[in-house]
Amino acid sequence: MEKKIRVLVAKPGLDGHDRGAKVIARALRDDGMEVIYTGLRQTPEQIVDAAIQEDADVIAMSILSGAHNHLFPRVTELLADKGVDDVLVLGGGVIPEDDIPFLKGKGIAAVFGPGTPTKATIEFIRANLKRS
Amino acid sequence: MEADSRAARVVAGEVRALARLITGLENGESQANLVMRILAARPRRAQVIGITGPPGSGKSTLTDKMIAALRKRGARVGILAVDPSSPFTGGAILGDRLRMQDHATDPGVFIRSLASRGHLGGISRATHSAARALDAAGYDFVIIETVGVGQSEVDVVRVADTVVLVAVPGLGDDIQVIKAGIMEIGDVFVVNKADRDGADRVVREIRSMLETAAALRRGSLPVRAAVDTLGGRIAPLSADQEHAAWAAARAVAAEADARLMPPVLKTNAGTGEGVEALVEAVAAHRRAAQASGSLEARRLEGARTELRSLVEERLDAALNEGEGGQRAIALAKAVAAGEVDAWTASTELIGLLIQGGKA
Repeated sequence: MEKKIRVLVAKPGLDGHDRGAKVIARALRDDGMEVIYTGLRQTPEQIVDAAIQEDADVIAMSILSGAHNHLFPRVTELLADKGVDDVLVLGGGVIPEDDIPFLKGKGIAAVFGPGTPTKATIEFIRANLKRS
Repeated sequence: MEADSRAARVVAGEVRALARLITGLENGESQANLVMRILAARPRRAQVIGITGPPGSGKSTLTDKMIAALRKRGARVGILAVDPSSPFTGGAILGDRLRMQDHATDPGVFIRSLASRGHLGGISRATHSAARALDAAGYDFVIIETVGVGQSEVDVVRVADTVVLVAVPGLGDDIQVIKAGIMEIGDVFVVNKADRDGADRVVREIRSMLETAAALRRGSLPVRAAVDTLGGRIAPLSADQEHAAWAAARAVAAEADARLMPPVLKTNAGTGEGVEALVEAVAAHRRAAQASGSLEARRLEGARTELRSLVEERLDAALNEGEGGQRAIALAKAVAAGEVDAWTASTELIGLLIQGGKA
């Protein structure tokens, strides 16, 4: 049986704009992936626990509120605390260019801003999965 | 052996080990099957509840509220929430979890979304064994939420001890409820979104359907009770005798209905109204099923179905891969060319698959 790529799509923080997250979810679905959609206003704790229970290969988060420098690293910290080192963590939303090096240093593998073709995200996921 | 340590970690309640095992079961990994072989020896403790109903009827929200009610009783709860895979791309959006995320960080709750992966009966192929894995991991209740079903997806009855059938107002008239299919598998009926117009009518229609079903099953029992009361005398009857005969018939009918009629409850999953009563009704069904032996009979039937579909699946895989696959193609060509008949060719193929242990 074919192994499916499982992606947890989440909206950490308090902004209520999930259009982008839903577009990504839909694009990943159409590429044959299984997308676990957890919706709005998720805490990093909820996201990490859900990703573990769902055995997700990828966590894809979107933030438009400006809290990314706080919330994205919190997710990678919690993963490390729980000994999870094989999940690919991606960020998206409205993220200033200047913040990207910092986020990458915190273990966010890539940041996809507005206008990124969905194909680029899909290709990145397929090329960078941390487990086969 | 690796399987032993993986099984031990699942039994110890390690969430990651359990999550990984379920993935293995979904992907048909042989290592996962070895783990299940070890776990199968453990006694089955969990009560398995199936939640089924049409798309948008509120199954996930109802499940969310049931989790809360069961947690209040101190029980640990595992959830398997199934959503459909695309028949075109194989991808899926698994969105049931969205309604249950408040429980994500509760260590007494484990929520897993499963894609149906081409399986058409309302659950996925791995749901059976995943439920058993949750049982082995110490969850007292396993709730299986099916995909939104239409009329004929009844597989959940083969996995669950108790099936909750969720209906909502506005989906059709009383003919819908007497059709064959999912309306036959409910052990507890719920009319959700009970604050909406028409909820009482749906309750009445379901009750009336269930009364007819119960009357058909209890058959002539009340008549026999009446005749027995009269000592076999039919006529002439005094008023007292007639009265006693009717009373006996009514008592037997009422007793049979109580036994044969599933409860019909109203809920409002959004507010949580009626959910306590639902949890009670599910517990009552399970107690009665255990006492009457019907739980055991259902589990036997479930195992039979599981076994049968596994045999079909493995034979099908063996027919499409490796040596068996090659021979199948060669024989198909021979049948097409008229060199051999299909029956003889199939006999040879079955022999090959069984001998080779390929299946």
